[in-house]
Amino acid sequence: MTLEIVLFVIFALVCLVSGILMVTRVNPVISALFLVVNFGSLAGLYLTLNAQFIAVAQVIIYAGAIMVFFLFVIMLINPEHEKRFLEYKPQLKIFAVAIAVLVFLQIAYIILFSKPSEGVSREVAASVKAGTIEQIGRELFTKYVLPFEAVGYLLLSAAIGALVLAKKKFK
Amino acid sequence: MGIGEIILISLVKILLIISLLFLTVSYLTYFERKISAWVQNRIGPNRVGWKGLLQPFADVFKLMLKEDIVPEKADRIIHLLAPMIALFVAFSTFAVIPFGPEVHLFGYDIPLVVADVNMGVLFVLALTSLSVYGLTLAGWSSGSKYSLLGGIRSSAQMISYEISMGFSIGGVLLLSESLRPIAIVESQSGWMWNAIVQPIGFITFLVSAFAETNRLPFDLPEAEPELVGGFHTEYSSMKFAAFFLSEYANMIIASGLIVTLYLGGWQIPYIDLLGLPSGLVALLQVGAFIFKLVAILFFFLWVRWSLPRFRYDQLMNLGWKVMFPLSLINIIWVALLIMIFGL
Repeated sequence: MTLEIVLFVIFALVCLVSGILMVTRVNPVISALFLVVNFGSLAGLYLTLNAQFIAVAQVIIYAGAIMVFFLFVIMLINPEHEKRFLEYKPQLKIFAVAIAVLVFLQIAYIILFSKPSEGVSREVAASVKAGTIEQIGRELFTKYVLPFEAVGYLLLSAAIGALVLAKKKFK
Repeated sequence: MGIGEIILISLVKILLIISLLFLTVSYLTYFERKISAWVQNRIGPNRVGWKGLLQPFADVFKLMLKEDIVPEKADRIIHLLAPMIALFVAFSTFAVIPFGPEVHLFGYDIPLVVADVNMGVLFVLALTSLSVYGLTLAGWSSGSKYSLLGGIRSSAQMISYEISMGFSIGGVLLLSESLRPIAIVESQSGWMWNAIVQPIGFITFLVSAFAETNRLPFDLPEAEPELVGGFHTEYSSMKFAAFFLSEYANMIIASGLIVTLYLGGWQIPYIDLLGLPSGLVALLQVGAFIFKLVAILFFFLWVRWSLPRFRYDQLMNLGWKVMFPLSLINIIWVALLIMIFGL
């Protein structure tokens, strides 16, 4: 067994267990923390796939920024009412299970019926090179410069929108 | 080099760094107390050992012997986990900071850095973005108003200053064209230190480092006149010591980063011209790194005992309306330098 497989098994196990725990915990703060653990192990999985930049971006953006805001919201609104939401309406559980099964079947279909080697015939060295930040930066500013700039403007408009909404409250 | 040798050498380096960090952290508390005493015209600790030099050990024993109190309303597991997160983040960041050039020892070429990764700077940013959790969770899990306010303040403060910190690093990366800390150090050869080439970025990074380490004048998360002890109000014994240690370890790491990114790392300008033997040069360069580190640490302590604390709105105004635009100006400045002089 190579080191790569050992690492994959460890990260995959952490990923699965933390994912299950995230869904089953009652306290939303604990759930959020297990989601952070899940993101961390996903970053580890990306590393074993030689996608270093995505791994670091996963930690910085998801674990470091987005989940902090999630935690903020959970801590500040203290969702006692939402915790007992399912007790009032147990029939909602059916929808939740149905959607979960549907998503699971979709993912299973993609994994089982698509050939991962199709169209991607890179050597290991080439795949290592493709994951570096230099390569991603070059691609973003040459081949994908238009979508990249478009996303930039989208984010700018979202930021301005947030600013306008936040300002109105104080009047 | 086989894989066994690589693992052995890495383990030795990790052990060395961790033990040195613990020693430096404990003596940093001693120097903090001594320097504060000098600033305030007092004597400071002088009873345990010669000139009070054994004081840190006495402090550690005192903290270990104290009762560990967990509040009734606290979330026990997270209450225990929070100081561990803080300590883990503080100590693991040092893995990518190079403290010397490559040396030849026992027939091996050993780079004096624990992990020479090609995205070292991003690694540091990723870990510092996780350090918010330690403080926020400590505040939340204590089940006390003061702790929660301290925790929320700390996360808002760290997220705000992370932005200007990231943009100041952008200026450094433009010049070094690499995210490897060793390459960044090597790009500052001679007097091309980033602190001299891009002084605005240096200042914004320095101020952000103060805010990220929660040091005065930015120690709002633990502002004792308003919040008792802030996020660590409900902590005692070794759990409190863990927060204390992580604060000082964070200071050392911030200083190490400042030295690496802006003060030329372990380099001494024009030392090659003297024609000294390579072993001596390497030793001098490690000494230069430690000297620069200690100078920045002294600056941290000096500022703490000289400046009053900011008000919370002043802190936010400084972060978003002064430091953030300044760091953007710095990026434009560096880009202009590259365009005109082709650095």
